[in-house]
Amino acid sequence: MLGYIFRRLAEFLPVLFVIVSLSFFLMRLAPGGPFDQERALPEQVRANIEARYHLNEPLWRQYLQYLGEVARGDLGPSFRYPDRSVNELLGLGFPVSLTLGLCALAVALSLGGMAGVLAGLRRNSPFDYFTMSFALFGISVPNFVLGPILMLLFALWLRWLPVAGWGTWRHLVLPSVTLGMFYAAYVARLTRAGMLEVIHQDFIRTARAKGLREAAVVFRHALPGAVLPVVTYLGPASAAVLTGSVVVETIFSIPGVGRYFVSGALNRDYTMVLGTVVFYSVLLLAFNLVVDILYAYLDPRVQVR
Amino acid sequence: MRGYRNLAAFVILAVVCTVSPSAGQEQVFRINNTAEPESLDPALVTGVPEHRIISNLFEGLTTSDPKDLSPRPGMAASWTVSRDGVVYTFKLRAARWTDGKPVTAHDFVYAWERVLNPKTGAKYAQQLFYLKNGEDYNKGRITDFSQVGVKALDDRSLQVTLRCPTAYFLDLTSFYTLYPVPRWAIEAHGKDWVKPGRIVSNGPFRLVSWVPQKDLILEKNPLHWDATTIKVQKVIFLPTDDLNTAYKQFLAGESDWVPTVPPAQLDAARNRPEFYVMPYLGTYYFRFNLTKPPITDVRVRKALSMSVDRESLTKYVTKAGEIPSSTFVPAGMRGYEGVKGLPFDVAGAKKLLAEAGFPDGRGFPKVEVLYSTSELHRVVTQAVQQMWKEQLGIQVDLTNVEWKVYLSRQGSLDYQISRAGWIGDYVDPNTFLDMWITGGGNNQTAWSNKRYDDLIAQAACKIVNAKDRMRTLQEAEKILVADEVPIMPLYTYVNKGMLSRRVKGWWPNILDQHPLKFIGLER
Repeated sequence: MLGYIFRRLAEFLPVLFVIVSLSFFLMRLAPGGPFDQERALPEQVRANIEARYHLNEPLWRQYLQYLGEVARGDLGPSFRYPDRSVNELLGLGFPVSLTLGLCALAVALSLGGMAGVLAGLRRNSPFDYFTMSFALFGISVPNFVLGPILMLLFALWLRWLPVAGWGTWRHLVLPSVTLGMFYAAYVARLTRAGMLEVIHQDFIRTARAKGLREAAVVFRHALPGAVLPVVTYLGPASAAVLTGSVVVETIFSIPGVGRYFVSGALNRDYTMVLGTVVFYSVLLLAFNLVVDILYAYLDPRVQVR
Repeated sequence: MRGYRNLAAFVILAVVCTVSPSAGQEQVFRINNTAEPESLDPALVTGVPEHRIISNLFEGLTTSDPKDLSPRPGMAASWTVSRDGVVYTFKLRAARWTDGKPVTAHDFVYAWERVLNPKTGAKYAQQLFYLKNGEDYNKGRITDFSQVGVKALDDRSLQVTLRCPTAYFLDLTSFYTLYPVPRWAIEAHGKDWVKPGRIVSNGPFRLVSWVPQKDLILEKNPLHWDATTIKVQKVIFLPTDDLNTAYKQFLAGESDWVPTVPPAQLDAARNRPEFYVMPYLGTYYFRFNLTKPPITDVRVRKALSMSVDRESLTKYVTKAGEIPSSTFVPAGMRGYEGVKGLPFDVAGAKKLLAEAGFPDGRGFPKVEVLYSTSELHRVVTQAVQQMWKEQLGIQVDLTNVEWKVYLSRQGSLDYQISRAGWIGDYVDPNTFLDMWITGGGNNQTAWSNKRYDDLIAQAACKIVNAKDRMRTLQEAEKILVADEVPIMPLYTYVNKGMLSRRVKGWWPNILDQHPLKFIGLER
């Protein structure tokens, strides 16, 4: 097992290398640079700034320099925010994105799981149709539409929650729901399907025949079997929630990593974009590894070699 | 037992009563700053969101009047100007930094050297090119800073020698690039000197906390020389950059001022009492690329400009009260009368176009208008496209590109006509006119006119008399907008925002600057 983990970790390096190299050169191919602005800089001033960030050196040397720095874990200074390093900004943003991601997952699991179980139990009932249409809605409505609608409803009309910002649990509710809705819809469909499959199996009939209460049948016997597909979906969903909060963070003005990714790309803040890409890549690779290891534990048919 | 319970209840009640009123009395002003400040280092910033914070955190030799922006004493209690307008001598008041150290003339010398030092990489270094030898020092042509025109005569006297008389120099000294900075803090902490707990500043407010993309909090600086004027205890800056969200935050009472209203919300916002519109020191215009035929022909450029109905454009398209204008310098400059731009004259435009060889637009080649992605630019360029088609019978294509691509194409003259905007740095026509000199970094039209260059150079250095100087600038602007037409001004910008009616001591002005020390909140 340990050998497997080490082998996978070793595979990370070439993958990361390719990602960093590709992003580095793609970013430089984009027209415009970090110090282009409406008010053009005097030539000398621009040269001074470029010298400060070594942008005046040949590209291959900048590339080698950057690789060296990344290898040491230093993602460099941000061009846009000269008081701060990319490491510092990611360090500040990640706990926020993580909190938001976990809450969104919680929303997805509780809301989706519950809806899925009930819909599965009352198959073809109005409740089932309603829930599944709602799930379809959840999957199809993009979060840049859902977010402002929730904001309008719960923050402006009902005044229950703040519009945007960060700091208290009340700030968390709307963005978590906005971000989690898509996954809740998926979870609901998966749970429903799982439930339908399990509920007709013999051991459920046995449980019922024993005279168990319906709640016990559903939650103790049926549910564990029904959520297996959900568990497998959790890995990719967690990674997607963590790296996919870009839009939600912007709409709700949340100080997470996604904000830096967007503003970095728009401002040609080379180091910031590369830093976020490296960070997201490591995150995704790590998640994939964790999921693979978990599979081995959950499903005896899968063996790690 | 009961006695204890009563005592406990009493204590709780007492605590509640003493805590809550003081919390209620504290005046907190919340600003939606629309962007995360890039830095708090006065030498490194160039933006408006940064200005809203830094101009309250630090203070220059002069400050701006909150109503008309004219210079008022700041760190300098008084000053004298030599007869030739070149040497300024500032007498500093007894002021202190937030760590208790006195603010001295040496702090200014240190700060200005730092801005001009090429190693600092200050984007706004040209704000100090007005000093004698300032530009040469920044370009590395001289390395001895004592040759640059700034000197501390003693702790409280600062002598500044300019390259040539500069009418608006006292406006510049209230701008953040020229603020003093604390040498000891910068040398002790490096780039971290601007962070909470480390920053040392000299303005009416001091930094309490700064969490990037979340909020930045200032509080009243009791050590400030003018502390008795300051009414608000605490100011919170929110960095919400999604304008729709910022607008909603204001409506929900989460902020007291949002300086921009998104175009989509304009119609709704207009009906609210908190809405305001005021002219802004900026011009919305089109650039013509003078290297691309048929735009090389001045008659074509004039025809294009004369066939645009600016009144209708601002009334029906931009709709926020923008001021239609065919001149480049916005109205409202102290002492500047302005010139007559090209009239809206379709018949005249058609005639010019026919003279240029395109009667009724026949044979006019495909021309492309470049603009950066934005709802506003899209509707404006579409309206102009429509006007040209209807009035002149010519067809232009619209191309929208992402902001940085737009800047890069415009900078390398890879366009035919492009949409642009210009916001002035200081209240003087020069900030709108000196950019069009031959080879100027912001010219980007390839336009070049010897007479124009001469006039700008004269106004910049040779003429001391204020009236003569303004007349010279007027003559230059006439060449720009009426004779040669490398640009087509459309309207003067307005600022449209929402301000809570609790806020007092906030006056509209053309730079949208509202010093926090004058602001008070009604209960």
